[in-house]
Amino acid sequence: MTSIAVTASNAIGNAAAADIHAPIRISVRNLNFFYGDFRSLKDISLDFCDRQVTALIGPSGCGKSTLLRTFNRIYSLYPEQRAQGEILLDGQNILSPSVDVNELRARVGMVFQKPTPFPMSIYDNISFGIRLYEKLSKADLDNRIEEALRKAALWDEVKDKLRQSGMGLSGGQQQRLCIARTIAQRPEVILLDEPTSALDPISTGKIEELIEQLRSEFTIVIVTHNMQQAARISQFTAFMYLGELVEFGPTNKMFMTPNKKQTQDYITGRFG
Amino acid sequence: MVALSERMSISTMQTTRRAPKSLSDAVFRWASFSSALLVLIVLAGILGSMVYGGWPAFREFGLGFVTSSVWNVGKEEFGAWVAIAGTLTSAVIALVIGVPISIGIAIFLTQLCPPWLKRPVATTVELLAAVPSIIYGMWGLFVFAPLFARFIQVPVSNLVEGLPIVGTVLYARVPSGVGLLTAGIILAIMIIPFIASITRDILDQIPTILRESAYGIGCTTWEVVRHVLLPQSGVSIIGAIMLGLGRALGETMAVTFVIGNANRLSLSLFDPSSTIASRIANEFNEASDLHLSALIALGCILFLVTFAVLVLARLLIARVRTQ
Repeated sequence: MTSIAVTASNAIGNAAAADIHAPIRISVRNLNFFYGDFRSLKDISLDFCDRQVTALIGPSGCGKSTLLRTFNRIYSLYPEQRAQGEILLDGQNILSPSVDVNELRARVGMVFQKPTPFPMSIYDNISFGIRLYEKLSKADLDNRIEEALRKAALWDEVKDKLRQSGMGLSGGQQQRLCIARTIAQRPEVILLDEPTSALDPISTGKIEELIEQLRSEFTIVIVTHNMQQAARISQFTAFMYLGELVEFGPTNKMFMTPNKKQTQDYITGRFG
Repeated sequence: MVALSERMSISTMQTTRRAPKSLSDAVFRWASFSSALLVLIVLAGILGSMVYGGWPAFREFGLGFVTSSVWNVGKEEFGAWVAIAGTLTSAVIALVIGVPISIGIAIFLTQLCPPWLKRPVATTVELLAAVPSIIYGMWGLFVFAPLFARFIQVPVSNLVEGLPIVGTVLYARVPSGVGLLTAGIILAIMIIPFIASITRDILDQIPTILRESAYGIGCTTWEVVRHVLLPQSGVSIIGAIMLGLGRALGETMAVTFVIGNANRLSLSLFDPSSTIASRIANEFNEASDLHLSALIALGCILFLVTFAVLVLARLLIARVRTQ
């Protein structure tokens, strides 16, 4: 094994072991995805366990972000993109046209590659999402916002400037604000699309710690380019290549003894 | 020691560069500089000659030139207030009508429009900007004004007659179709393409991922636009509106056709009025002496107002760009 693999396997110690008996939260069945005529996901079938972090890894263009973007149907903003197959969230097929996408997106929160604070105060950045779906009294709303900011490890840094614009925070703080905004809606699933790719190492560390804590409450799916990160924070890992799911399993097994040569080559840095 | 050798190697590099052709470079520099300078000279010349030409009127009437609403060519008494009020009112009407429609067009084109419809609608909007203003004027006078008189002015006047406030503002003594509101509507049509296409560019520049994250927390399209996209572009849209305002203030030909050209201060939007530009266009041919000077002074006021609006618009847009 190369030294990269050694580093990766050393890092595994940080993440809790996979709970293979955890109930299944999201079940993907024969999912195909099309950008116009181009088929970018090929017959993906995969289960995501409750309160576990599942990392999607693979080289650029392998379809990992595409897969993530089907879970809240954010792709449906673009008319040329469509998904076929089934994605069962608690047994309900979310690809069915009868599903209200706005409600779905409140149940399945998403955090993006770059921080995207809304052009409003820190307080409103969080209350905005809550008020879309719930009518709360001022006191309850305040509590929810404090709770979300505490869970996102941001409360101490912003509690005295809740009325200031969210745009004034640092990149790492903005990304935690986006996470707070997502968890304030009390979703069931949190999707993270390379959430630390625009951040410095210290902010990245904070976000990773945060993900580890959030795992006790939410089912988390994270797309990452950084294999050490996948090893550090996830319980399950799915390796994708050219739109296909190559291998899926508990993270420590994937990194220590992958079944497929391709997985091992990617993890050890031989391609990708 | 290392720094020294680096510096030496840089200086040797400089000596090996080819010698600058100083003459052609200087010619080029001066040519481009004087092209730029020419614009400033022309602008200063226009402002200077307007102040000079309008000076007799400013001296004769003082501040009263701006505040007086008398415009009597026979008695040589001139006050600009009616024209100033007409200019501002018609421009404000144009904005009130044009801005929501423009923003609606921009939102539709960037957020809702199916791809196949995008190009036809965008092209049509831009073609609207290419229609000469005299065409708008003729269409406004011969087509729009009669229809407006028959289907809007007459019924509305009958409806509101005798009522307080609306009975004054929307009452037509002579329902001829021409007047302030007609001018405002024509102006609105003329500024829509400008505001709409700039607003569209502004909305297009907003990062996709911000839009996706707003949808990502479960917003409807309306909520995304209202709470995220418009606030995000806020000041630059105001800049776009100001550019439209600048055009509405100075528009001459179309307004001259449809405003009625009356020097009467009226509270009714249906009554004929004047704008600065329309009065100059109407009277310039026959004016002489103090009358001519008063018209030039009017132009000077318009120039300053428009200039101020455009400068403000630029500043607002520039401030957003640097953020």
